[in-house]
Amino acid sequence: MTNLSGKCAIVGMGETVVGKRPDATTNSLHLEAIKACLDDAGIKASQVDGLLTNQPLNDSHRSYAVKLAHMAGIDPLFATDLALGGATPSAMVQHAVMAIEAGMATTVMCVHARKRSTPDPTPGHPIRRGDEHWEEPWGHFAAAGGHAFAAQRHMYEFGTKSEDLAHIAVSTRKHASLNKNATLRKPITIDDHQQSRMIVAPLRLFDCSLESDGGGAVLVTSVERARDFLKRPVAILGMGQHHPHFSLLDAPTLTTLGGKKSSELAYRMAGLGPKDMNFAQIYDCFTITALITLEDYGFCKKGEGKDFVKNGRIGIGGELPLNTHGGLLSQAHLEGQLHITEAVKQLRGNEVEPERQVANANVGIVSGHGGSLAMHATLILGAL
Amino acid sequence: MSKDERGRASRRGQPFLDEPEAKPFWANLREHKLTAQRCASCKKIFGFPPQALCPHCLASDYQWVALSGRGKIYSHIAYHRAWHPSYQDKVPYNVSLVDLDEGGRLVTNVVGCAPEEVQIGMSVEVVFEDLPEYTLPKFRPVK
Repeated sequence: MTNLSGKCAIVGMGETVVGKRPDATTNSLHLEAIKACLDDAGIKASQVDGLLTNQPLNDSHRSYAVKLAHMAGIDPLFATDLALGGATPSAMVQHAVMAIEAGMATTVMCVHARKRSTPDPTPGHPIRRGDEHWEEPWGHFAAAGGHAFAAQRHMYEFGTKSEDLAHIAVSTRKHASLNKNATLRKPITIDDHQQSRMIVAPLRLFDCSLESDGGGAVLVTSVERARDFLKRPVAILGMGQHHPHFSLLDAPTLTTLGGKKSSELAYRMAGLGPKDMNFAQIYDCFTITALITLEDYGFCKKGEGKDFVKNGRIGIGGELPLNTHGGLLSQAHLEGQLHITEAVKQLRGNEVEPERQVANANVGIVSGHGGSLAMHATLILGAL
Repeated sequence: MSKDERGRASRRGQPFLDEPEAKPFWANLREHKLTAQRCASCKKIFGFPPQALCPHCLASDYQWVALSGRGKIYSHIAYHRAWHPSYQDKVPYNVSLVDLDEGGRLVTNVVGCAPEEVQIGMSVEVVFEDLPEYTLPKFRPVK
């Protein structure tokens, strides 16, 4: 088996303005993200021959990758929708590498947008996960509930407290306060977190991420072609996935998730370990998700996340800057698409506000997490 | 979207009583019996949701067997926000994951005690809540 580490690179990235976009549609946000990505890469749509997207949460968008490609003037040799929830954006980059290395395409657009803060005027019906009728009759309706089950278990097994989770919320908000394209920019304190209202105990409002409108895209090509584009390429060094269960009903544990095996695969491919990472963009649909993933990724031992996230360690200038853009908690929730674009910007250098640039950012790790804490994908990216 | 799918979407918050694999589960509950599929080949309990082939060995023969109705709390939460109008006057309410003694896990509610009294590892037993169209298995602490 060929090791694909460093064979492909991200050569373009685009982000839309995020937050409330009442006049936008799911379609328009995707197209905006594609346009921004093409402009960043300095190429035309006709030079792209592959397109990957997330399955939109609206049934009017079947075979959406093909539809989007043609809406954008792309004639794809390779196109498909992936459906791994919040693990999809990282998985798209992995599928792009696989397609390029298999000779199916040379230049693949990976795009995801979401219309969740304001109503999507596009006609259609919502697509659902599929097992809700084994949860909703007992009043379990929300992702906050699934993650609250995990938080309760983590508290029981390891003595983690709500105040420990608060450190993630506070640090992430601080990073958002430095990001002009972030939704919530007013800094918060540990006390603000502790005073915020309970949503699904033990998770409070400030443990929960945003509902957002916006989009993002990255362009992937072979490392040989990567120098032909405008910006400094970012190499794809490591990739992994693991999907250890589907629903809460078949989860072997809720305190170690797919991130453990997924990161082990990515580290092995990259020939790197947690200590080599200069930053981490970790999926943070809830604070507990980031805490569990930091442990699963080996930044600390299982159960020690509560101490790891304190004392400035996860801030800019700390040992492991975490979610330097403000994450899903405070920047915007686009299923982690912007965790990838942020990693690209950090590795290029000089693309984010100077106060939140990680010094000597050479290698970073990105996580995606989806479904009922079910799906996971990992990327390790490096400056070229 | 088909008429059937539209019907399902409008029934948010309710079980699908006619789902072929799950139909006996709901019918047995109506008679206050908590049942699960047991594989005729490997003898293991399938778990939930019900499915056509055994999740352990993919055999297609199984029987619906009565469970003791006893289990332990794997995790529990309290909804302080109502995502559905019918829960507006119920918050805060408990939702628990109960691991049944014979195998299988249910999302359910612990009743008969305050949400803050529910503990991980607590022993619980089934009680049946009869609603006009179906019966829900819920659990109470074992005294």
